[in-house]
Amino acid sequence: MSDTAYLTAFIAVAAVATFATRIIPFLFFERHTEHPLIKHLGRYLPAAVMALLATVFLQRSADWSAALPGFDAILAGLLVVIIHLWRRNALLSIAAGTAAYMLIRQTGVLESGLVG
Amino acid sequence: MNPLVFRLTLPILFGYLPLGMAFGVLFSTQLDYAWWAAPLMGVVIYAGAGQILAVSLLAASAGMLEVFIAMFVLNARHLFYGLSLLGQFRGAGWRKLYLIFGLTDETYSLLTSRARSQDRLHELDVDFRITAFNQVYWVIGCTLGALLGRNVAFDSTGIEFALVALFIVLTIEQLKALGDAFPVWTGAAAAGLAMIALPPAHQLIGAIAIVTAVLLLQYRSLRANPAKESRSHV
Repeated sequence: MSDTAYLTAFIAVAAVATFATRIIPFLFFERHTEHPLIKHLGRYLPAAVMALLATVFLQRSADWSAALPGFDAILAGLLVVIIHLWRRNALLSIAAGTAAYMLIRQTGVLESGLVG
Repeated sequence: MNPLVFRLTLPILFGYLPLGMAFGVLFSTQLDYAWWAAPLMGVVIYAGAGQILAVSLLAASAGMLEVFIAMFVLNARHLFYGLSLLGQFRGAGWRKLYLIFGLTDETYSLLTSRARSQDRLHELDVDFRITAFNQVYWVIGCTLGALLGRNVAFDSTGIEFALVALFIVLTIEQLKALGDAFPVWTGAAAAGLAMIALPPAHQLIGAIAIVTAVLLLQYRSLRANPAKESRSHV
């Protein structure tokens, strides 16, 4: 197989596999939209998924080998929570948390304890 | 309406541009293919972690069966997203296939968290625009990354935290809308468990499987004892 043919086939297969994961529920459960179990999942699953995405990605963005392990992400995450509970403005909370995280990361302020 | 959609999707812009660029840079520095294949993947595959995995699969010249299984397993969490959107996407007509195609973690988060009016068709139209805006951000990121390659100068280290912050904000919003903390604690605990027990590649799907199992058990116990339901829902 030539390079172009391989790449074309690769992209097609990857696209089909990804799309399959997204469309399968609609193909197999479409008739059960009113089923109480589907309604139960529709009501509670988004909140649970959001909390688990927040937890997993917060942990992944943390530097666990720093002098204060994980504090870069935990401090920025806490700032997001506090500002959001205070002003309830999504963009403000996200901008403040991201700026804090970038500052901590780029200045290396929390790692300095280990340097030298 | 478009200013509203732009406002809603702005955090995703901050997340998708650097992540898309990371993919593009990875693609053009690790592989010998033409640069435009990177944005093409953003257009037809449209999956963050999936595309980054695809770079290593391409580098290894993986077989097609392997590619299919790897991409399917990595994206298997999306199987559960559709379940909670069956009703919402009903009657979306020609928009529906694209709404389903564009169901990334971030788009799912926005579509299930935002306030909705009674006007279903209008809301589906907004859903459609949100999905399209997000994909445009992603494709722009992939393009910039692939074109710039190793020459990225701007120090954007850490800007991808915007997505983490978005997930935190949306968790708080879900909590306030539901008035019930149980699913939030379940999600956080499931994530903790999955991160301890599973390698990174399987943590998301593992945590979502745990969460779904717990919600099924909760459903069963509520059915067996309906009195509990009226109390717990406030």
